[in-house]
Amino acid sequence: MAEGRVVGIDLGTTNSLVAYMQGDTPVVIPGVDGSNLVPSVVALDPVAAGGGRPTVTVGNTARKALIETPERAIYSVKRLMGRGLEELENELKLFPFRLAEDMEAGEVPRIRLGEMHFTAPEISAYILRQLKRNAERFFGAPVTQAVITVPAYFNDAQRQATKDAGRMAGLEVLRLVNEPTAAALAYGLDRAKVGTIAVYDLGGGTFDISILKLRDGIFEVQSTNGDTHLGGDDIDNLLLAIALDEIHAEHGVDLRSHPSAVQALRKSAIDAKINLSSQAVARFDIELPNGDRYQREIPREVFEVLIEPVLERTVGPCKQAMADAGITPEQIDEVVLVGGSTRIPAVRRLVDSLFHLGERGKKPHIELNPDEVVALGAAVQADILAGASKTTEEMLLLDVTPLSLGIEALGGTVAKIIQRNSTIPASATEHFTTGVDGQTNVAIHVVQGERELAADCRSLARFDLRNIPPMSAGLPRIEVKFLIDADGILKVTAREQRSGQAAKIEVKPTYGLTDEQVESMILDSFDHAEDDFAKRLLIEARNEAETILTAVERAPRSPAWAQLTGEEQAAIAAARDRLQSVKLGDDAKTIRDATLALDQATRRFAELMMEAAVSSAITGKTMDTADEDLGEAVTAPHPMARAEFK
Amino acid sequence: MLKVIDSAVPVACWACSVAHNDSTLFCPHCSKIQPPPESDYFQVLGLQRGFQVDLDALEREFHRLSRKVHPDRFARADENERQWSLADTALLNDAYRTLKDPLFRTEYLLKLEGAEIGEEHAGKDRKGQSDPSRVPADLLEEVFELNMQLEEMRMARSTGEIDSVLENGLVLAKKKFESLLAAVDLDLRTEWKAWDTGDAAARKTSEKSMVALLDRRRYLRNLVRDVTETLGA
Repeated sequence: MAEGRVVGIDLGTTNSLVAYMQGDTPVVIPGVDGSNLVPSVVALDPVAAGGGRPTVTVGNTARKALIETPERAIYSVKRLMGRGLEELENELKLFPFRLAEDMEAGEVPRIRLGEMHFTAPEISAYILRQLKRNAERFFGAPVTQAVITVPAYFNDAQRQATKDAGRMAGLEVLRLVNEPTAAALAYGLDRAKVGTIAVYDLGGGTFDISILKLRDGIFEVQSTNGDTHLGGDDIDNLLLAIALDEIHAEHGVDLRSHPSAVQALRKSAIDAKINLSSQAVARFDIELPNGDRYQREIPREVFEVLIEPVLERTVGPCKQAMADAGITPEQIDEVVLVGGSTRIPAVRRLVDSLFHLGERGKKPHIELNPDEVVALGAAVQADILAGASKTTEEMLLLDVTPLSLGIEALGGTVAKIIQRNSTIPASATEHFTTGVDGQTNVAIHVVQGERELAADCRSLARFDLRNIPPMSAGLPRIEVKFLIDADGILKVTAREQRSGQAAKIEVKPTYGLTDEQVESMILDSFDHAEDDFAKRLLIEARNEAETILTAVERAPRSPAWAQLTGEEQAAIAAARDRLQSVKLGDDAKTIRDATLALDQATRRFAELMMEAAVSSAITGKTMDTADEDLGEAVTAPHPMARAEFK
Repeated sequence: MLKVIDSAVPVACWACSVAHNDSTLFCPHCSKIQPPPESDYFQVLGLQRGFQVDLDALEREFHRLSRKVHPDRFARADENERQWSLADTALLNDAYRTLKDPLFRTEYLLKLEGAEIGEEHAGKDRKGQSDPSRVPADLLEEVFELNMQLEEMRMARSTGEIDSVLENGLVLAKKKFESLLAAVDLDLRTEWKAWDTGDAAARKTSEKSMVALLDRRRYLRNLVRDVTETLGA
């Protein structure tokens, strides 16, 4: 096929975005609802009346399901990427992930969603497919190649899982880019800059610090550090735990056994957290199932004491990164803040003191929206990879591997063969031999991490060198080449040097899916068919129009309708009539524009509905009555975020 | 150890089959990227063999070559080109990482010149007691005393005692060994210069001195690390 656009994707813990280079500026591609952020939430619709495979929804529509049918929805799935069963214990304590009952040891964990099971890469693939569709809708052309960002501190398995997800979504992942590095790219489009930059990235679920040197368009990462399980989620969980405990102690109500109430309370906790970034006090005011009200004020000072231990965990990685780069805070010219959690004033104060900014008359960079900057940088990298652009032809990113690579030596110790913060691609060649006469197999255990003992590091894979020609012990000389590629993923090749035979390697990744498994999980391959692409766009556009029109039809029956002004109601009616008149035409774009206009006209109405949904979930109204209250209209703001079209 | 072959040996380009000099990264005939040459790290970065390196020029050359061979430049190229770009860039990165670091560079060049040296990096410097058989003769007494102090300190720590006299003694010892380390580094620099400007005989002498200095340096560094860890525990 002709080479299409390469898009940049930020596959985030909380939100995901897709962006591209519009001329010489990176731009986020909005969904059909006009929103740049697609919440990283995936939900399974109730089984259709006629049976069949249930529909998967992504984004804002799925977020509604989090409260209404929490057992059919999942969020923060990024925390599960590339992780084995025995590593999930902590996550399971804090997050409502439900594992499949029939899990076997060594299997990639499967999560229960309603009556179905999905691995984390599959769930991520649904999010990626939604972003792919948003981009295709925007361009009116297929999109098959992408750059996807990952936390810099992601290990090999987490990176591989992300690439697998891309493949399942029908995307060729041209490069995995580290999130902080992407952010630096977004800020560094002005190529005249020379200097040292620190990127402090505190997102929903991960923390990264990267230190880069800029010189003539080359972005050379000096060091990186972080924690792949530290972020805004942890702050939400602290607030949530306090509210749950207080509700239990003061009102005798244990909401923990009500998943939908917990999710609704979680939403209030997130709102409180966000408000505390701009206000001195935030309030919880929630009606409980027994009719009591839980009212609580949280002053910012209390909040800051509460979250201090979480923020403190970012200090060690920052100091280590500076030590590894061989620099002092004074040598850092610019600090870039990335991730929604860096909006918290206490985080900004911490960054200021870590890098001695205020005393040097400096301020961190916050000019670009911290929620969007990573996606914008991914778009810049996508443009670099696509070649053919004047804006980025002089730019080049030289990134590093965040963790040392080692092999298990005698006594369970680790022999490091590639040190952390080595520029990638990086390679190491090691020689192995046999210990017993006639031995034809040698097993090699590869680990990633900084600890002294293999058992304390992260097991990457066990390699079996087979078919070694039988010789006396110690005589064979097997050369094994370890190569970390530009995505930060390990590749291994081996050769027996005395016989010249290429030794056969059997790679058993400790975690992760096999090629065959990934192949079998590829989402609807018909997506690739280009010939009927235009037809598909038109059908989708008409379906979307129908969905929103049906919703708007029912809107006046909702109590929220009365809360709208006459003007608002008239605007909705006008947009509805416009859509009615164009929906049978053959131009997908005209239909889309009219749909979007109607969607925007109904936005406030949708917000009113959402509030109603939250309060009814906490007061314990049944799902049926909640459904009635909401009608279908709650889908009105985002009817087209649906991932499936019939 | 790296195999250095005569770079005048011609090889055929994988793409156009025209023979070219092995040390080239791009075929002079069809301009396609070539498999990694059998060059040493100095050749990869276009440098004369030598212990003293102009770091600024080294970085510029590294950046210049990176722009040409990096996988980002071949993201949409065919499989062969992507494979060779990856292999070439890995070689380039390994070369730059080795040559920009004074110790890695010294060890690498010594090995290239055929000198027998102890293992420095690659994880083989396992933590633990320094090998007593390798104690430099002039330090025997001090090391013996230091080890006693370290042992006492660990004992005191394990019983929760705080012995500030002992602690001060260790801090002083650490300072002393650190200054010895700095002296070794100075001596190494002198030898670098001697080798770079000397004739064959001078180079051999210099290599011997450097091997001994590296041993001494490794020993001192382990000592300093042990003291730092014991003090910080």
